[in-house]
Amino acid sequence: MKRPLELYIHIPFCVRKCLYCDFLSQPASEMARHAYVEQLLEEIERESRFCQDYSVVSVFLGGGTPSVLAAEDIRAILCMVRRCFCLESDAEITIETNPGTANLEKLKAFLDCGINRISLGLQSADNRELKLLGRIHTFEDFLKTYQRVRVAGFSNVNVDLMSSLPGQTLASWKSTLRQVVMLRPEHISAYSLMIEEGTPFYGKYHDHPEMLPSEEEDRAMYYAARQILEEHGLKRYEISNYALPGRECRHNVGYWTGVEYLGLGLGASSYLHGFRFRNEADLEAYRKIDMKADDADLRLHQDITELSEKDRMEEFMFLGLRMTRGVSGSEFLRRFGQNMWNVYGKVLPGLQENKLIEVESPFIRLTDFGIDISNYVLSEFLFDR
Amino acid sequence: MPSIDQSKIRNFSIIAHIDHGKSTLADRIIEMTGLLTSREMQSQVLDNMDLERERGITIKAQAVRTVYKARDGEEYIFNLIDTPGHVDFNYEVSRSLAACDGAVLVVDAAQGIEAQTLANVYLALDHNLEVFPVINKIDLPSAEPDRVAAEIEDVIGLEAHDAPRISAKTGLNVEDVLEAIVEKIPAPQGDPDAPLKCLIFDSVYDSYKGVIVFCRVMDGTVKKGTVIRMMATGAEEEVVEVGYFGAGQLIPCEELSAGMVGYITASIKNVKDTAVGDTITDKNRPCAEPLPGYKKVTSMVYCGLYPADGAKYGDLRDALEKLQLNDASLFYEPETSVALGFGFRCGFLGLLHLEIIEERLEREYNLDLVTTAPSVIYRIYKKNGEVIELTNPSNMPDPTEIDYMEEPVASAEIMVTTEYVGAIMTLCQERRGVYLGMEYMEATRAILRYNLPLNEIIYDFFDALKSRSRGYASLDYEVKGYQRSDLVKLDILVNHEYIDALSFIVHADSAYERGRKMCEKLKDEIPRHLFEIPIQAAIGSKIIARETVKAMRKDVLAKCYGGDITRKKKLLEKQKEGKKRMRQIGNVEIPQKAFMSVLKLDEE
Repeated sequence: MKRPLELYIHIPFCVRKCLYCDFLSQPASEMARHAYVEQLLEEIERESRFCQDYSVVSVFLGGGTPSVLAAEDIRAILCMVRRCFCLESDAEITIETNPGTANLEKLKAFLDCGINRISLGLQSADNRELKLLGRIHTFEDFLKTYQRVRVAGFSNVNVDLMSSLPGQTLASWKSTLRQVVMLRPEHISAYSLMIEEGTPFYGKYHDHPEMLPSEEEDRAMYYAARQILEEHGLKRYEISNYALPGRECRHNVGYWTGVEYLGLGLGASSYLHGFRFRNEADLEAYRKIDMKADDADLRLHQDITELSEKDRMEEFMFLGLRMTRGVSGSEFLRRFGQNMWNVYGKVLPGLQENKLIEVESPFIRLTDFGIDISNYVLSEFLFDR
Repeated sequence: MPSIDQSKIRNFSIIAHIDHGKSTLADRIIEMTGLLTSREMQSQVLDNMDLERERGITIKAQAVRTVYKARDGEEYIFNLIDTPGHVDFNYEVSRSLAACDGAVLVVDAAQGIEAQTLANVYLALDHNLEVFPVINKIDLPSAEPDRVAAEIEDVIGLEAHDAPRISAKTGLNVEDVLEAIVEKIPAPQGDPDAPLKCLIFDSVYDSYKGVIVFCRVMDGTVKKGTVIRMMATGAEEEVVEVGYFGAGQLIPCEELSAGMVGYITASIKNVKDTAVGDTITDKNRPCAEPLPGYKKVTSMVYCGLYPADGAKYGDLRDALEKLQLNDASLFYEPETSVALGFGFRCGFLGLLHLEIIEERLEREYNLDLVTTAPSVIYRIYKKNGEVIELTNPSNMPDPTEIDYMEEPVASAEIMVTTEYVGAIMTLCQERRGVYLGMEYMEATRAILRYNLPLNEIIYDFFDALKSRSRGYASLDYEVKGYQRSDLVKLDILVNHEYIDALSFIVHADSAYERGRKMCEKLKDEIPRHLFEIPIQAAIGSKIIARETVKAMRKDVLAKCYGGDITRKKKLLEKQKEGKKRMRQIGNVEIPQKAFMSVLKLDEE
């Protein structure tokens, strides 16, 4: 049987960069976008040669805003994936879409080329908050796009939301949540804003955390999200992700459970054959790589590291514990041939005692408090070097 | 080898304030006397430790011998003896000067005379050295050689109208300095046939040769096979080698006779046996009297040094041992702290000496250190008549047992431009200074004289002085003695646990202020925990200040999106690394930098 593989395809373009965004993305001309896709197609073809004993269980077109590409480009990418990889018939195929970048025709074309899941970037239902974030759309624009997505025929839709925004209150956050659950999306990602280095927000807020909601408010927003979403049947399955039963994002769950993935396109990360690596992140340099050359690999793949068993154990824990179901001791034993409670004998009892994790054999999972300070908890699972 | 004619020897040093160009002039002299080609020159020959170069000061006295062919056609031997340029090393400076017959005073044409310049000139004059001034940096746009010449005449009373006006940097008029050395500095006048009498002005440890003693022969002759005796320490050894100093290398020779400057090796294992200022004589034909001026160096400032990683204790001990081989003024003994584990209580000549040792340990021995607040030696007079010399605040006896306490006091001279006199007087007032007087050197500058408690000087005084005078004030001080004082021990409690490494002794009047600032600083440094942490300052059982570190509410990576696991892991690793750099006290983890941060409370 072939091993499961996920594909992540990066589209580093958007209409305008949001003020908090630290993803590899920038506005570009239609010609530049098209040229990028040409190169991407060559990369897909090249890389597929090393993945013939895998079958692809999910494809995620992320960005940036992949929906800024012409429908034809998206179609070409997915055709190439199908031609080169063994794509499972029920594979989850997601595209990130921002309001104002896809008309009905484009959305229908997405569906037509096999995309079965849309992830919509809304962030907030409050137009004032959207403006502060530097988003290009209003809540009304979002509603139109959402409507079109349903009309086009998509039955698996995610909406991205963000809390802890400048100027946001618990009341406005609750209002955003309530307006969105009314639309009955199958999935909601509710992140709290992170101030990333190199963004305009960093300059503005890094030294002025008092301009952002306090830690206490942030937590209140987190608990409000959980309550409101769960009331509407959207169950939390990961620290920041909620879904109707069976609609959990298979692609992301794969990341947290150690499924291998191949990242394609600018700066994309991969975990394949036991190695982690990252693609060239400079657009010019990426474009110049001759994908047919024997040494393309040297230029394309960087920071290549082989994971040791200890690395894999650490990841099993700190990624797996992001899921609300937690990590299973028997799965740990099956993968590593060792007892989790022996390997982490110094860590687990203390965490349990401080009520940061709870145990329901064979699972351990984070408690609510453990989630609140999960970085603190998860870092405990790293070994001393 | 023909014996050397004493009349052709010139033993001298260059004295200057830091940055006035001493090392540059030394380089030029060495270059122009042709001992080395330009290609061989390092940029600063005399300062051969990286650290010294970066700080712009010279730590260990060294010497260099060059040959100068003068305008009269004769060849002269120049022994240039370098002196450390900082107040902590005053004694070493005085011994280096004692090895000379004259000194070149370098004054910056833009800066003029500074407190240290004066101190060193007086030191040189005290040793009856012939001092002549040189005005340096005349190539600077801001140079005012006439004004500076007048200042030298007014303030120091040295003839300066014919002082060479030079640029050591470009070499301009340096030739005149060389001629002046020949003309103005007297030749040595020792008797080569008298019993041996040598002054030790420095010594270094070398793993092959053992201790290399740097000395000036005053009388007599020393050669291989002479059995020498250090008159103060009593150590005796047979001489293995004598020689003189090339630039950066030792050049062996047959003998060193009266008037010469050179080195002696004699399989001596420890620099403690060859104390600076001691007199070397011939065991079999000793001189009647040792040379005057020998002092046993004593540590003035103490602090605890701990390895950041407890497992490195052995490495720290080895490193201190090695440093002490070359630095007899460094004192250390093992000490244990509840908060910091195993470490050493170390004694230093002063704060700069402390910083230099700390930096060398970190750089040359690759050690991560945690230091405790520097302390002076307090004298505690107990009611039972016992007197304790206290170097570690946590060893202070219970206040009920103490009759009274004394602290060391220094007399300080601060030179400052007149516009900052007010600010500096306020500073000295705040630091419990007793005003002794003020003298105007000229219209724009004054010397302030104060008695200042040493513990106020070692606590941040240099930084405060520089910041309040915009860098224009300079300080010279000398410890004068002890005075009775109302002192208290301030303790810090974190989560109700007493942190021994943070205790320090302070004047009762400053205790509240200092305690409050400590608590505020620690509040910023100690990360949030799972629970609330009170931070308290206390004198005895009385709490005088309190702050609280709130409990951790949130530390979550909301977004774990996309496949960039490596980046997430790095974030967690950083967090874990942060935890490792903490000291566990009770339930609380205190970052190591918190221990250091409280040393500088006055920085804005």
